[in-house]
Amino acid sequence: MSMRMIGDPVRRKEDLRFLTGNGHYTDDINRPGQLYAVFVRSPHAHAELRGVDAKQAKAAPGVVAVYTGADLAAAGIGSLPCGWGVKNKDGSPMAEPPHPVLATGRVRHVGDPVAVVIAATKAEAEEAAELVEVDYKELPAVSSAEAALKQGAPLLFDAAPGNLCYDWHIGDEAPVTAAFAKAAHVTKIDMVNNRLIPNAMEPRAYIGEYDRGTGDYTLHTTSQNPHAIRLLMGAFVLHLPESKLRVVAPDVGGGFGSKIYHYAEEAAVTWAAGKLARPVKWTAERSESFVSDAHGRDHVTHAELALDKDGKFLALKVSTIANLGGYISTFAPAVPTYLYATLLAGTYTTPAIYAEVKAAFTNTVPVDAYRGAGRPEASYVLERIIDRAARELKIDPAELRRRNFIPKNAYPYQTPVALAYDSGDYFTTLDMALKAADYAGFEQRRAEAKQRGKLRGIGLATYIEACGVAPSAVAGALGARAGLYEVGEIRVNPTGSVTVFTGTHSHGQGHETTFAQLVSERLGVPIELVDVVHGDSAKTPFGMGTYGSRSLPVGGSALVKALDKVEAKGKKIAAHLLEAAEADIEFKDGKFTVAGTDKSKSFGEIAFAAYVPHNYPLDVLEPGLDETAYYDPKNFTFPSGAHIAEVEIDSDTGTVELKRFTAADDFGRIVNPMIVDGQVHGGLAQGIGQALFEECRYDAESGQLLTGSYMDYRMPRAADLPFFEVSTHGTLCTHNPLGVKGCGEAGAIGSPGAVMNAVVNALMPLGIHDLQMPATAERVWQAIKGAAKRAA
Amino acid sequence: MPSVSMTVNGKKASGTVEPRTLLVQFLREILGLTGTHVGCDTSQCGACVVHVNGDSVKSCTMLAVQAEGAAVMTIEGLANGDDLHPMQAAFREHHGLQCGFCTPGMVMSAVDLVKHNKSPSDHQIREWLEGNICRCTGYHNIVKAIKAGAEAMAKARP
Repeated sequence: MSMRMIGDPVRRKEDLRFLTGNGHYTDDINRPGQLYAVFVRSPHAHAELRGVDAKQAKAAPGVVAVYTGADLAAAGIGSLPCGWGVKNKDGSPMAEPPHPVLATGRVRHVGDPVAVVIAATKAEAEEAAELVEVDYKELPAVSSAEAALKQGAPLLFDAAPGNLCYDWHIGDEAPVTAAFAKAAHVTKIDMVNNRLIPNAMEPRAYIGEYDRGTGDYTLHTTSQNPHAIRLLMGAFVLHLPESKLRVVAPDVGGGFGSKIYHYAEEAAVTWAAGKLARPVKWTAERSESFVSDAHGRDHVTHAELALDKDGKFLALKVSTIANLGGYISTFAPAVPTYLYATLLAGTYTTPAIYAEVKAAFTNTVPVDAYRGAGRPEASYVLERIIDRAARELKIDPAELRRRNFIPKNAYPYQTPVALAYDSGDYFTTLDMALKAADYAGFEQRRAEAKQRGKLRGIGLATYIEACGVAPSAVAGALGARAGLYEVGEIRVNPTGSVTVFTGTHSHGQGHETTFAQLVSERLGVPIELVDVVHGDSAKTPFGMGTYGSRSLPVGGSALVKALDKVEAKGKKIAAHLLEAAEADIEFKDGKFTVAGTDKSKSFGEIAFAAYVPHNYPLDVLEPGLDETAYYDPKNFTFPSGAHIAEVEIDSDTGTVELKRFTAADDFGRIVNPMIVDGQVHGGLAQGIGQALFEECRYDAESGQLLTGSYMDYRMPRAADLPFFEVSTHGTLCTHNPLGVKGCGEAGAIGSPGAVMNAVVNALMPLGIHDLQMPATAERVWQAIKGAAKRAA
Repeated sequence: MPSVSMTVNGKKASGTVEPRTLLVQFLREILGLTGTHVGCDTSQCGACVVHVNGDSVKSCTMLAVQAEGAAVMTIEGLANGDDLHPMQAAFREHHGLQCGFCTPGMVMSAVDLVKHNKSPSDHQIREWLEGNICRCTGYHNIVKAIKAGAEAMAKARP
């Protein structure tokens, strides 16, 4: 019986419960005696918090308690911690002002929580929250990072003069300056990477519980990494030993980064549950999600590219201002630095790169990693400036990229911005994409569209990303305050079924299927008998969760190591039972065989012997077949690819229609192509959403969020998108046992540049050479009108 | 407080509600039918779509008392025992779901589409989904699944 599973589009094990309404999302869970929390939030972007009067609220029907920042401070509750410290150019640490669970003294963005009302029903808590009287003295607010860094801007923290969190740089400036001095051509560009709101469809929800008998706390949370929440909340905020705190992240309805972070509401409900000795539940309203889930992106960048006369890139310099929002979110400092500027070599041989990044505090919701996290911003800078250079030098954009690709025989390839790529083949994915998109036939389609009165454009982007972050020691040297390994446990049960425990967390990625495929193929156990457990700190060993496309490269590698141990122990047991030398035992298709004979034992027989050790080498071998392994990555993995967008623009209305989108991605080995394609589709929709629709906007004066609902924040809908043409190429990762690279973020990384290059390509005949995201009908229409005026 | 009775997934269901109780709250909180989800507060996302007297309805836009006497079907009532409804099976076969949160609303909406249009085109499917937001799939496989589900439904009930 062949058990080939890796590479098959196995239908998902988790689907049955989701399709029949039997999933268990946090808000589906209720506990006896449960109370409901509602947060009182600041309506102001920036204000002095002069007092909170909860007297009336406390007397309202059903209300059990009202807590304010002062109550939490009196209880010794700590600041929400930051998991990554970044250093300034001069080596000094970044400004790291505190982030209280409930605001004290000052509120710093619309939505900043100032009090929590806890009542018997949600409606009662909501009504009482209206009765909490907060005395605010409004202060001038600043919402853009550029404005925040200007002299005289409203100051958020005394501890952060000039609203500067850090002024960081990477790369060697001198060779860059020298290269620019001798360059035949210099291309310059100014870019805005628009702020996005992640919008996982499941709003955040938490249930805190406390057991008076044992003193144990439990938190059910919509988290991508329950162990990290247990560590951060237990050690830094509530000062609870991990042994007294269980964190469970059950089915989670999407994350995209926004559910990585430790949020104020998690700490508040857990603490309140202990104080009241009753379960306390909070579920975000969507309008609360808009003002309290960490946002993404929000960069302003100036870049310059130096080229020689043949179009070879000589040097790149990049200057970026990043918006961090009103507080430092959990991993925020790493995003515009180590996850961004280290990717500025892209797929190219640019020998000299220098980047500087200033990160600013503003009166907006904190910004942190969102699908791609820094890497989409880097890819966008490169692909937009390269396209512009191609136009200026009148070189075909595909050809210009090809001239600068890192050659296939150059790996491992050390970039000038810290990363060393282990493998890659950008020529092949570019050729695949060009062919699939019929790049050669485009001009004909443009001409045909013109006859219909439409402006048609094509745009391409290549990308590289760094996934599976990262060797712990390297990350630690760069400021990470956590390890970045992963853990896997293979528990073979006595009658041969297998329970797999992983420290990663699935919130749509399909781990219950992909990881079961790995185990099924390796052990020869039918996939129906392999179950994957994740998301509960009481069940799984300490793992780091899921973000940065790490689950398979890092978590899968840990499982492979654990499977190695299971196989090795199984061979010892088989050798004993078969009275053969261990070295002569072969394991294949679920059978342990003495090499060259027909003597064999099935995997099930070995498992049974391990747990019923009547005939067993007990003097040299422990019973049981349950192995755990930790895997710390040796390097990042480097997925890459080429994306091509084709758009049509109605010049009367400015409406952009995405006609085609082609992606050719290199993810190394693929375990489940159906799931991989699905991950690409979803990433593409988010990247295309950034390019064409989505934009989080604040009023510059008041700091009020102007896009605070689905009526104002433009989510991509089904009719906005075409079918995607996706394909994959498999250059194996050289340093993890599966050769896998990660696929979760790629779609969101390559697509914004491809779409915007297509939009600019379409508008070029009108003399328009640049446009900022998102290319909404209004913005395109304005650009067309402006061009017409200039031409007149 | 008013009491309300209706048929939910073929069974009599009743309970005491506040006048302001939404149908989705009645289903989730009183009947414990948590397959119907709430993803927004402006009736945009469609995670809460159920059938009321055979038509798809966003159950966050309707008061529980308005469903008095109605026949309501939720995602929990769609399968026939262990046999998935053809639309559910098509979503699984075509990987039309990832995190699963929008899925109940998508499936219920899709079944209603096919009631109105037995053989919808890709374009018609995309237009129909105007009121259902998915953040995971880019809609690609949802559209494929609905097309295949419609075909399977036509075969199942000629």
